[in-house]
Amino acid sequence: MNDMTPPEAAPADLFSKFDAMIETRRSLLATGVTDPFSLVMEKVLSPTTAICNGRETILLGTYNYMGMTFDPDVIAAGKQALDDYGSGTTGSRVLNGTYAGHRAVEEALKEFYAMDHAMVFSTGYQANLGIISTIAGKGDYIVLDIDSHASIWDGCKMGDAEVVPFKHNDIEAMEKRLRRIPEGAGKLVVLEGVYSMLGDIAPLKDMIRIAKSYGAMVLVDEAHSMGFIGPNGRGVAEDQGVLDDVDFVIGTFSKSVGTVGGFCVSNHPKFEIMRLVCRPYVFTASLPPSVVATAATSIRKLMHAGNKRAHLWENSRTLHKALTGLGFKLGTEEPQSAIIAVIMPDLERGAMMWEALLREGLYVNLARPPATPAGMTLLRCSLCAEHSAEQVQVIAGMFERAGKAVGII
Amino acid sequence: MDRAATAARIAEVIEPFNKNDIAIDETTSFAGDLEWDSLTVMDFVAAIEDEFDIIISMNQQAEIETYGQLIDAVTKLQG
Repeated sequence: MNDMTPPEAAPADLFSKFDAMIETRRSLLATGVTDPFSLVMEKVLSPTTAICNGRETILLGTYNYMGMTFDPDVIAAGKQALDDYGSGTTGSRVLNGTYAGHRAVEEALKEFYAMDHAMVFSTGYQANLGIISTIAGKGDYIVLDIDSHASIWDGCKMGDAEVVPFKHNDIEAMEKRLRRIPEGAGKLVVLEGVYSMLGDIAPLKDMIRIAKSYGAMVLVDEAHSMGFIGPNGRGVAEDQGVLDDVDFVIGTFSKSVGTVGGFCVSNHPKFEIMRLVCRPYVFTASLPPSVVATAATSIRKLMHAGNKRAHLWENSRTLHKALTGLGFKLGTEEPQSAIIAVIMPDLERGAMMWEALLREGLYVNLARPPATPAGMTLLRCSLCAEHSAEQVQVIAGMFERAGKAVGII
Repeated sequence: MDRAATAARIAEVIEPFNKNDIAIDETTSFAGDLEWDSLTVMDFVAAIEDEFDIIISMNQQAEIETYGQLIDAVTKLQG
């Protein structure tokens, strides 16, 4: 039995790999700035205001684009579902976790997108993870934009396909890679309508035409466009007139819809088999009844939200113009979405600016590598249809004072 | 194209990416010796792909740690 004695070995700390990040964080906080990644909203007053650190704060970093979170019809639907169906399903969609509300929200999505099939996941992350990893298998190729969201990359990593990235929004780079894929291999091109870090949109019209000419299937993540881009709010692909050529649209309930959850809509005739083969759909509990009820109500209201949509675009244009005029460097020359990314010179000054804005009473997202492209530090602002024109002017004033105090403008 | 000819062409492609003029041999490691960030890696891979008209998928890139392994992989990928 002696040879079963374990050897004497120094324990290897599995956390050593995080040392560099721990040090970056320590040195940032040592400068005395408030930790930008542990803010608590003590009370939420409306889609655009909350109490943070005891003071009323304008929210400009929530992705709550259409301001549906406090819509009275949405709230009423959620309360009713809590009463009628209880607080949770405690089960997978394919076992005991499909209630009438789950079917109803899938019906609402089919109508919203005018598509044949809709499948609701527990989060948007799981929708990308599940669909991408399941449909692209061994021997298939996934061609994707290098600036894709983490959920797309993780979907690639979880599957067995060959993964081939191309330079952000570079049509020629995408085509070259499609051309080199061996004949007969399955191909999936993965694109996003709006890229959330800089708020820029993709040239989907040309990209999808080329992808189709090489026989690829196309998946477009429209998380940051649903509800306000395109004639019916179906997203950038609809806006550019190519939605019919998209095989799979991925979306989320945690932005314009105002709750949590993810989905895929498709016209593929065999799409329903996904419900049995897609592991992130099968092996997780379904959304609570109140969540699907709020989502369904919100989606149906978004079908008729033309005025709100117009006001959101007005807000985006006004703030973009004001910040450009103040001398800030923005992620796009023209406003292309409801995201305005203000480029910071470095993480330290980004954190200082973030804190100065918070002191002014404004919350924005501080985004940093690895989430951001090219190692950038960004103050990411997302506008809401419920921001008033006056609020947008107040926000511009806050940026001016904070920017001057920190020495960025 | 044989290995030697492939190696010669890769040497030309890598030149503008080797900003610190590090002496490169078959055992040079991309992550360890050249210390490239992910953007440089992407641009370099794209340059190699364009030069040889091949695809080096991320899955294949994960197996390529040294300069010698890159030459082997490119030689093989050209068929």
